[in-house]
Amino acid sequence: MTAAPTSTGVQPGRGPAPQGQAPRKVNFDLKQSGIYIALALIVVLFTVLTGGDLLAPQNLSNIIVQYSYILVLAIGMVLIIIAGHIDLSVGSVVAATGAFAAVMMVEWDVPWPLAILLTLIFGALIGAWQGYWVAYFGIPAFIVTLAGMLLFRAVTYMILGNKGIGPFPEQVRTAANGFIPGFLNNVALGPLGGADLFSIIVGVSVVAGIAVVQYRARAGRIRYNQVVDPAWLFSVKVVVPAALVMFVVIQLARFRNLPWVLVLLALLVVGYTLVTNRAVFGRQIYAVGGNLQAATLSGVKVKSVVFWLFVNMGVLASVAGLIFAGRLNLAGPTAGNSFELDAIAAAFIGGAAVQGGVGKVVGAITGGLIMGVINNGMGLLGAQTETVMLVKGVVLLAAVAFDVWSKRRTAGAR
Amino acid sequence: MTDTILRMSGITKTFPGVKALQDVNLEVRRGEIHSICGENGAGKSTLMKVLSGVYPDGTYEGDISFDGELCRFSGIRDSEHRGIVIIHQELALASNLSIAENIFLGNEQATNGWINWNRTNAAADQLLRRVGLSETAVTPVIQLGVGKQQLVEIAKALSKEVKLLILDEPTAALNDEDSAHLLDLLRGLRDEGITCVIISHKLNEVMGISDRVTILRDGKTIWTEETANLTEDKIISGMVGRDMEHRYPEHEPTIGDEALRIEDWTVYSPTQPDRALVRKANLTLRRGEIVGLAGLMGAGRTELAMSVFGRSYGVNISGRLIKDGREIQARSVREAIDHGLAYATEDRKRFGLNLIEDIKRNVSAAGLGKLAKGGWVDGNEEYRVADEFRASMNIKAPSVEAITGKLSGGNQQKVVLSKWIFTDPDVLILDEPTRGIDVGAKYEIYTIINRLADEGKAILVISSELPELLGICDRIYTLSAGRITGEVPRAEATQESLMTLMTKEVQEVAP
Repeated sequence: MTAAPTSTGVQPGRGPAPQGQAPRKVNFDLKQSGIYIALALIVVLFTVLTGGDLLAPQNLSNIIVQYSYILVLAIGMVLIIIAGHIDLSVGSVVAATGAFAAVMMVEWDVPWPLAILLTLIFGALIGAWQGYWVAYFGIPAFIVTLAGMLLFRAVTYMILGNKGIGPFPEQVRTAANGFIPGFLNNVALGPLGGADLFSIIVGVSVVAGIAVVQYRARAGRIRYNQVVDPAWLFSVKVVVPAALVMFVVIQLARFRNLPWVLVLLALLVVGYTLVTNRAVFGRQIYAVGGNLQAATLSGVKVKSVVFWLFVNMGVLASVAGLIFAGRLNLAGPTAGNSFELDAIAAAFIGGAAVQGGVGKVVGAITGGLIMGVINNGMGLLGAQTETVMLVKGVVLLAAVAFDVWSKRRTAGAR
Repeated sequence: MTDTILRMSGITKTFPGVKALQDVNLEVRRGEIHSICGENGAGKSTLMKVLSGVYPDGTYEGDISFDGELCRFSGIRDSEHRGIVIIHQELALASNLSIAENIFLGNEQATNGWINWNRTNAAADQLLRRVGLSETAVTPVIQLGVGKQQLVEIAKALSKEVKLLILDEPTAALNDEDSAHLLDLLRGLRDEGITCVIISHKLNEVMGISDRVTILRDGKTIWTEETANLTEDKIISGMVGRDMEHRYPEHEPTIGDEALRIEDWTVYSPTQPDRALVRKANLTLRRGEIVGLAGLMGAGRTELAMSVFGRSYGVNISGRLIKDGREIQARSVREAIDHGLAYATEDRKRFGLNLIEDIKRNVSAAGLGKLAKGGWVDGNEEYRVADEFRASMNIKAPSVEAITGKLSGGNQQKVVLSKWIFTDPDVLILDEPTRGIDVGAKYEIYTIINRLADEGKAILVISSELPELLGICDRIYTLSAGRITGEVPRAEATQESLMTLMTKEVQEVAP
């Protein structure tokens, strides 16, 4: 969530609408921000239903740590979906990379930093394997990764020999499941009790960073005579995310501090948002998914783009594999089962289009958080597993139905 | 013989912004072969789509009467039910199914919902004999050549008890032998009382097979005449004759050095690797000069252009590209762009634009590297560049952040041109640059093309509209069946002389 402002800064169609265009702009905005409103409503709903337990310090921390690996996968998945492909194998890759890391660290006593590096390379190689078949051999990604789902699950069993391997070194466990130590003292926050000062300083710096970056982006746009948001709207767009960040940070500071995975996740979200919005490579992903032939005829090396997207997915899956195994302190043969479904659902709930060409990293993260909050909130309410599944299924269908419906409506209005 | 089977009267069909057909009249006599001739875009296919119900009743004005009855077709099944069958240029067979399955697709020989395969295959075999195919009905269509597939289409039409058979460019993809066989078959069907309407560019075939000819031009009927009273020249002048005053801006070229020479360029079809689409073509483009490439549909114009542009179409491409006196290799689109080539496609929606993105991202798509440092795009620079193009190309949109899919055809084309101009090419190939855009926007596009030539770029314009080529080009190549058949300076070119060259190869080869 911390990166939301960086993406809203470049959304088209904001600001004073030219004459005769006003109604469409409002619709457009609704569609763009619908996902954030949906998350807000769901959070409010479960906060009320659970009597505030959802947003309690410990639970907030749980949601983030428990769902972090899905969110990491969702980042890679949304990029692949934007390019018009899909990856069904990520759950198995999470298991295989986790197992690989476990064998190295536990059985072969490889130093943990080296083992992590090798695990990331292993993930990249898996991605390269799939990327080769999809991009260069021309097999649909659905088939390649369906095969990969079986292949890498089999690899997991072979690596583990049908047993769980653990425990992981202390450092890996901390990174996956632990918290940043409080370097400074606690401070008293009146009725909220004590909170870690260091975390709060981090939070304030992040908020200040957001504000400065946004302000400079706006100044740059003004210098180039571009349309910008009016000052009040700009302020709202800085203040609201800033308030959200501070709220989450303070809650976490009241519990056990910032989880390491939150820091990692924040870095990934910011990094990948920048790549999708500003990097040549990111642009090419959208170009490939939006119109493959036009991209080809514009000189985009389509095959190479798709190949590297799968390599990237493999690396992110190995990051998720490390977090998951480290958190459980065990690499098991059934790890990561059906993670691919959650990651795909997150991307689609987050506004990615089935036809490709559309989607956002922040959207996928929001989609993932919607699923996470539903999971966690219903868990707090003591709902049965089947009820949770049912609700998640309905939410996924509703989100894509909304997307299709709004598209048809704008097409009809033309 | 004056029994009229089909009378279409006052047919007007409008697409957003374009009048495709305007008060068209067509009378077809029972048992005749009637040819419809016209340039690309004259409205022939649209007229046939109206007739066959592809455009259902209510989407056009005018009346169709068939077999003496007024018809209001709501769809293609409706017209087929009455005995009108259309065979499109692109064959519509399911290639993995057998001949028999294709023939009876949608018309399965079934009892109570269960297909009777014996009856199906026997009936199909009988139809195959009738069209002169010796294959058995269970042969998969994928094993047949295009010529035989065409015959299967006709067998399929016969299975529907066709009274009026419409063929859209039936011989465009056939070799001479297959063409001759097909035309013989049509004569045989005529003798059995089946009426045929043929759309064809091949004038020798038109002369050889049809009883009467109707000319369409710019969506209007020009005349209908007995073939016996016609010559090919008369057909050509009917097809092309139109006024061309003040539709093209004045331009005095300043012609410089040779920019690109294409030598012995040969391209084979990716789907039929033994069929040459372009054969030993030689072209020279010079700086400041606008060169035209004229050719009928299927002559190989786009195939030539795209294969030059980074081998983006075709297989087994051979020949040499000499740019500014040095031989270059353009094996990928990227290399072609880096060598200063640009190709603006004839189908901007499918191949030219990312319709779900905005103007600025489309403008920057081919030259993104110029806006990037170390792999990162400068979004503000991108906006500025796009906004400059919006002003200089007069792209009508609220801002450069408008989605290209919502722009008019003319404005979309300006975005495509902006994209290529931004790559700063030396050679621009413009494939049908004014297709599907209105007259005012066409004039603007011509002005832009002139400006580019004045800036010293070499320009190759591919167009189906001869007046357009005559109006803007300094020199025109003609292409026929993949061969360059002529190179005519503007001063010496007329529509008739070009049309003769464009149909030349076909006439020489015909038996």
